Amino acid sequence: MSLNQWLPLWVLASSLLPGLLIFALPENKHCTRTVLNLSGALIKLALVAWMAWGVYHQQVYEIRLALLPSLDLVLRVGPLALFFIVLSSGLWLLTTIYAIGYLEGSPNRSRFFGFFSLCVTSTVGLAMAGNLFTFLLFYEMLTLATYPLLVHRGTEAARRAGRSYLAYTVSGGALFLAGTVWLYSLTGTLEFIPQGFVSGLDTAHHPALVAIFVLLIAGLGVKAALVPLHGWLPQAMVAPAPVSALLHAVAVVKAGAFGIVRVVYEVYGVEFASELGVTYPLAMVAAFTIIYGSLRALFQDDLKRRLAFSTVSQVSYIALGVAIVGPIATIGGLVHLIHQGLMKITLFFCAGNLSETLGIHKVSEMNGVGRRMPWTMVAFTIGALGMIGLPPFAGFVSKWYLSLGALEAGRDWVILLLVGSSLLNAAYFLPILHAAWFREPDVPWPKERRFGDRFGRRETAWALLFPPLMTAALTLAIGLFAVAPLTPLEWAKLISTREFGRP
Amino acid sequence: MAASAVAPQWEVFLILLPLAGALLAFLLRRGGSLIGLLSAIAIVMSAIGLAGALLDGGVRQHTVGGWEAPLGIVLRSDGLSGLMLLMGAVVGLGISLYASVWFRDDAHQAERFWPLWLLLWTALNALFLSADLFNLYVTLELLGLSAVGLTAMAGGSAALGAAMRYLLVSLLGSLLYLLGVALLYHAHGTVDIALLAARIAAGPAGWAAMALIFSGLLLKTALFPLHFWLPPAHASAPTPVSALLSALVIKASFYLLLRLWLDLFGSLAHQLSTLIGLLGATAIVWGSVQALRQRRLKLLIAYSTVAQIGYFFMAFPLTGAGLIAWHGVLYLALSHALAKAAMFMAAGNLMRHAGHDRIADMDRVAQRLPLSVAAFALAGVSIMGLPPSGGFIAKWWLLEASLGQERWGWAMVLILGGVMAAAYVFKVVGYAFTESSAPQEACTVPQSMQWIALLLALGAILLGLLVSPPMAVLAVGDPFAPLLSGREP
Repeated sequence: MSLNQWLPLWVLASSLLPGLLIFALPENKHCTRTVLNLSGALIKLALVAWMAWGVYHQQVYEIRLALLPSLDLVLRVGPLALFFIVLSSGLWLLTTIYAIGYLEGSPNRSRFFGFFSLCVTSTVGLAMAGNLFTFLLFYEMLTLATYPLLVHRGTEAARRAGRSYLAYTVSGGALFLAGTVWLYSLTGTLEFIPQGFVSGLDTAHHPALVAIFVLLIAGLGVKAALVPLHGWLPQAMVAPAPVSALLHAVAVVKAGAFGIVRVVYEVYGVEFASELGVTYPLAMVAAFTIIYGSLRALFQDDLKRRLAFSTVSQVSYIALGVAIVGPIATIGGLVHLIHQGLMKITLFFCAGNLSETLGIHKVSEMNGVGRRMPWTMVAFTIGALGMIGLPPFAGFVSKWYLSLGALEAGRDWVILLLVGSSLLNAAYFLPILHAAWFREPDVPWPKERRFGDRFGRRETAWALLFPPLMTAALTLAIGLFAVAPLTPLEWAKLISTREFGRP
Repeated sequence: MAASAVAPQWEVFLILLPLAGALLAFLLRRGGSLIGLLSAIAIVMSAIGLAGALLDGGVRQHTVGGWEAPLGIVLRSDGLSGLMLLMGAVVGLGISLYASVWFRDDAHQAERFWPLWLLLWTALNALFLSADLFNLYVTLELLGLSAVGLTAMAGGSAALGAAMRYLLVSLLGSLLYLLGVALLYHAHGTVDIALLAARIAAGPAGWAAMALIFSGLLLKTALFPLHFWLPPAHASAPTPVSALLSALVIKASFYLLLRLWLDLFGSLAHQLSTLIGLLGATAIVWGSVQALRQRRLKLLIAYSTVAQIGYFFMAFPLTGAGLIAWHGVLYLALSHALAKAAMFMAAGNLMRHAGHDRIADMDRVAQRLPLSVAAFALAGVSIMGLPPSGGFIAKWWLLEASLGQERWGWAMVLILGGVMAAAYVFKVVGYAFTESSAPQEACTVPQSMQWIALLLALGAILLGLLVSPPMAVLAVGDPFAPLLSGREP
């Protein structure tokens, strides 16, 4: 086995080792911690880029470790795994920069960054998982590693949010475990393969397969915040902003959505799933979630809560794209994995900036904030417009492909759904933009902090401003140049042809 | 047998070393911890030696003084006993290290602890090695009495009350067992398990003996509804004692139960397996509910033991799936030993830090004692059966056994038990992060005590990643073969 073959392990180690080292660091070693964090993130990104190059040239990286007599731990990197890895390791770098700025001067940073690294390690691990068993392992590790971040502030509200998060995710994990073991006892294998591994089973097992599908999707749906399993997500907004970014864009919610893609495509196989009749109900749940999330978002005055309900709505686009059962819709769903991540992380970064700099937590306090913090609000605007799905931003590309895919699959109602959802998105984002840019500010701000005394006045700390500007720029760029090589869209097409074996 | 004359007699070391240690510690009084630690290290080495010998040469039999059964004493070891001895050795070493720090400032307590603990360890090792029912009775009694002595050590009315109850339960349990053995001896003229296995037959005498022996052992293993004595005894003892009671002592009577089921009674009455399984399932639910309701940390952990004991009995009704159910239960016993010892130690550290163990009054201990909280949480991961941990592997096997046979009810209990365990573990972890308004003493806790707890917890996690070595030891002599072959339709 060449050094190259070990790449998946190196990718895991590049966040695991810094994480463990950071746990051991004394609280006051800021510089060492920052160096460890950033070098880990940069090394990971470099390794991922190297791997991407290999995968693009048809290489598949695989590592197997025998665990149980007939079950291995498998890390395998194909196009789909890489897609998610690029998202989470790229956003991890930006979120780390952001978190360093955000948490400056606050206590217990070693613990925070340690668990932060563990979260990313688990996310990358579950992206690379080559069978359902390995996926389960990292999926549960992610649940556990996220918990200390949620309760990081140690307040009573944080403890409650953490409890609710665990009540949902641990129960979901238990269902997922039951589904996995049951499936294993039927098939004797859990290996992800194109077109799935269950279609060969005797038809007598089909009711069991439907039940297993429900168990697996329920387990994943908790993290993907499918209604009615979404209750923890709005509560979790008490956590610090970098944690929200992690939950909504880098790791947790995405892990659920990614798992749904894996289960539908590489456990059941989408055609077989559709024959079983399980994709249509999934599409209905996703559709309901999309509308419900948007409606709830309309009535939230708390900015982060509004964004949280918006996530509930938007992540279901991914499940919807998968459940429509058609090659183009699949591309739309997959690409939204990245697009939603970029746009939502931009919005959460900006929300964090508003609360850290001006003490703004509510939509009703945002009047005229565009004048005080123009760059932040430019980024926010790009993210919001993208969410609505206006061209030329990334969100438009997702919605375009979802609509085309729905038409191709003969599911015309999806178009109505998408239009309705876009209108609702506009209804809860445009008033924010209007207030921020066109209303007079109600000075003084709730709780203003000054930044940048040495180099003149700036709107906020550099580490807080750079990440949202980067993600906003990316949102714009991948929307504008959607068909350039190696954009998310092109990569999603690559996955569709290569990994799912479609034209 | 010629080769064994030259090869080291690990079995004998495993029994004589702690016995000698106990006597020395009793006679010398001072220096108990040094004697204890040296014995512990020697026991670990002997246990490893025995496991190595088992892997090389298969099942071992040693006749003490050259007298063959049924006259002499025979020490027999296969994979099952090897694994149990290893578990006892590793956890025992951890407990000895922890105790040497815990009792450092209290010479009076230390003087009482070390002889009793080493005596208990002697009994434990002898029990895992014994091959006849009467020797097993002797070891069981010795184990029970030294455990009671250790429980009473803390002093105070609560501890003495708990110890008294424990003593009565322990004596009653051994007495029932002894009655059963007497019946068997009367009917078949031997107490050697292997000889008995060939002679035993279904009939009133066999059933009565089984009923007596099983009720005695179930009482000692604290299976619901015979668990009532366990929480007060385990919670009121000094921390190292709580750890060894929960991690090791209940495993001894369970091992005996399992051994007798496998070799003697399994073929006699498999109708009973459903009943035992149901009691186990009830124990899981009841223990977890009680654990959730507790306000004090050590009681919560003790009730968690009640729930975990329930899992041990889940394998009995699931054996139709072959070996995996048994493997699951044994793996659970191993990881529970590590995890529960770690949990009690972490709780002891938190108690020493704050001077109390009220869960809701913990004051930001996640910052102050991060290692102990990490130990508790990691041990909790194994207790609730989340990956990667030994508890997860065990639960996977048990689930596979139940779902593979489409026994949905058992699977639901297994799943539910895990979720409830998560609820009570995270109840504690959640309060570890918050502040408390109650006044706190905040004493310092030695780093070494925190590290020992963490290392044991990491051991439980590691069991989830290194499955094949323990399973290779277990496979020696195929201890589950008799039952499986007896079960063939």
